[in-house]
Amino acid sequence: MWNHLKALIVKELLAVLKDKKSRLVLIAPPLIQLMVFGYAATFDMNHIRYAVFNEDHGAASRELLAHFEHSDTFECVAQLDGDAQIAPVIDNKEALLLLRIPSDFSRNLALGQTANLQANVDGRNSNSAMLVLNYVQSMVSSFNTDWMQDHGESPLPAHLVVRSWYNPNLVSRWFIVPGIVGLLTLLVTLLITALSVAREREAGTFDQLLVTPLRPFEILLGKALPAVIIGLLEATASILIIVFWFKIPLLGSLLALYLGLFLFLLSSIGVRLMISSLAVTQQQGLLGAFLFFVPAIILSGFSTPIANMPEILQALTLLNPLRYFIVILRGVFLEGATVSLLWSQYWPMALIGLFCLFTAGTLFRRRMV
Amino acid sequence: MRFLRNPDPAQQAARMRLRGMIRKEARQIVRDPSSIAIAFVLPILLLLLFGYGISLDAKHVPLGIVIESSSPEAAAFAGSFEQSEYLSPHRFGTIQEAEQALITHEVDGIVWLRNDFEEKLLSGANAPIGVIINGVDANTAHIIEGYVKGAWLSWLQQRAAEQAGELNLPVQLQQRVWFNAELRSQNFLVPGLIAVIMTLIGALLTAMVIAREWERGTMEALLVTPVTAKEILLGKLLPYFVLGIGGLALSVGMAVWLFGVPLHGSLPVLFISSSLFLIASLGMGLTISTVARNQFVAGQIAIIVSFLPAFMLSGFIFDINSMPPAVQVVTYLLPARYYVSILQTVFLAGNVWKVIGLNSLALIVFCAFFLGIARRRMSKRLE
Repeated sequence: MWNHLKALIVKELLAVLKDKKSRLVLIAPPLIQLMVFGYAATFDMNHIRYAVFNEDHGAASRELLAHFEHSDTFECVAQLDGDAQIAPVIDNKEALLLLRIPSDFSRNLALGQTANLQANVDGRNSNSAMLVLNYVQSMVSSFNTDWMQDHGESPLPAHLVVRSWYNPNLVSRWFIVPGIVGLLTLLVTLLITALSVAREREAGTFDQLLVTPLRPFEILLGKALPAVIIGLLEATASILIIVFWFKIPLLGSLLALYLGLFLFLLSSIGVRLMISSLAVTQQQGLLGAFLFFVPAIILSGFSTPIANMPEILQALTLLNPLRYFIVILRGVFLEGATVSLLWSQYWPMALIGLFCLFTAGTLFRRRMV
Repeated sequence: MRFLRNPDPAQQAARMRLRGMIRKEARQIVRDPSSIAIAFVLPILLLLLFGYGISLDAKHVPLGIVIESSSPEAAAFAGSFEQSEYLSPHRFGTIQEAEQALITHEVDGIVWLRNDFEEKLLSGANAPIGVIINGVDANTAHIIEGYVKGAWLSWLQQRAAEQAGELNLPVQLQQRVWFNAELRSQNFLVPGLIAVIMTLIGALLTAMVIAREWERGTMEALLVTPVTAKEILLGKLLPYFVLGIGGLALSVGMAVWLFGVPLHGSLPVLFISSSLFLIASLGMGLTISTVARNQFVAGQIAIIVSFLPAFMLSGFIFDINSMPPAVQVVTYLLPARYYVSILQTVFLAGNVWKVIGLNSLALIVFCAFFLGIARRRMSKRLE
């Protein structure tokens, strides 16, 4: 049995790696994508481009604007001096934010009345718009606190002291980048297994495999193990890049991480082989690969939280191995999670993996009859 | 007129050959239903999944509330959280219990009023209110922080009103969000999704078709016919273009009627810019196909260059302006980047000519580039 398996694994590895193009496709792009996406994937705003329309010429408005000018987060791109200029600046995406200070701003402040600051935001990207408004609100709050202190007014009765755990500066890259390991591991295993059965079937070599003394289960393992091996290697490379290049803390145990990785490989390859054994042509195999890959990413909580989804989709995410692996990745990297805290993530992946491999094996057997 | 009545025989033959190629390709599409599935089933499935699955609007965020000594002031403060539809408060007796709940992800944040809250509040000593948030998901953490601040501000205002005064803040922010007043994330995500889905469809439809001919040996058969390289390419392009436009119409219809995304721009503008994008991405598929020469590698390349880059780098979800300059340069190489910008503008802002014109120009460059490369690779093989 072991000899059979060894021969088959060597054959599968050769089939994947012997072609130079295919080898290149398998190794370079995932790692390049990790680098590029690692930098691209951020919800944090910096250099928010804003325009100013100041109808007030008092000292107070200049003081408020100075707060914005001295902030690294904001970048002034235009000073407007007419109503007509407002719409084009936002329409043409020259500025994301327009601050408008009405003419009675300084006067109101001097009289001890509330002065208004108008913030107009481009809502085409609603998430950015919300973040920009949050930033403007905190600028205004700090201006208010300073002003009250300088002018001897009594402070507000209560204030918030906000602290965040695990990610003190709320860097969204810390949240996204560990998830990319899951994404790319899925991509690699997909590339290896997606077309492997369909290709053999189209070339007619699958029938030849079936008449060898190999049992269906062995054929299955022969298809699965090379993907596991390559997946483990590439994931390890990605984890090293994340820790040493992106400097994202790895607080939890490696055992917890690799147990998760192994179960994830097992389950995702299981799903892939199941789909692959159903496809007759390579185009169908490719379509099947996408039909698994794309929803798996959307329903994993990688880019947007699962809690925001409608309940039906939340239930659907329970079938997605990537969902569990992403929780494990974030838990181990940022929260220092251990094996015992993550049991609830391990067993569903093991279950999905065994079920799919069993089904794929049955499908193989049925083809023989 | 004479030209029409007596067409040049060479041109007539060319037209006939092209028609033949198109007919052959159309039959191939009909016989392997997976192409039709790609064009029509894929967009429906993906739009449903994406449209409902991707949302950045956090609602009913579980929030732990710890009040160490109960008092009317503290109760009023806790009450301000009950009113928010965005937060669902849970009470905890001690901060230790609440922190345990934060560790096990039962709550995403904690608001903590200490023993001396009432005393400090009444003495005017600017009482601190502790807020602890699980920062792993930084974006959601920002949003939760915003909600808590909102609840805090409304409590301050209510309190000032009860004490027969007004909350006298020096500067008050009046905010106005253009194009998407209620900040619905679907309004911004669904148009971008159309770009991601069209990228997928374009690449998937054509990535395999020329590689398949080479692999099966039918390309040689084609090459010995009088059909020119240009005609082979056009014959491959046109049927899939029609399929792609069908998929696009379906997506736009779903965006408007199912997801309720407003369409402020005009349909012809949408159609023309989408055609440009579709030709560019079909051209990319053809290029992959001519470069790879076998279906396996073509399929692998299509998976790598289509979905993930369009998902991560097109500005569909991650704002391009927030990326480091080097990565921003990379995004210029993606047709999807320009199309996302066009779609978000046409849907939400209307026909803003400057945005649409510049981005369409970029798409034209991509069309020319990919078709040019595919054409060159084809004619080399003909020699």
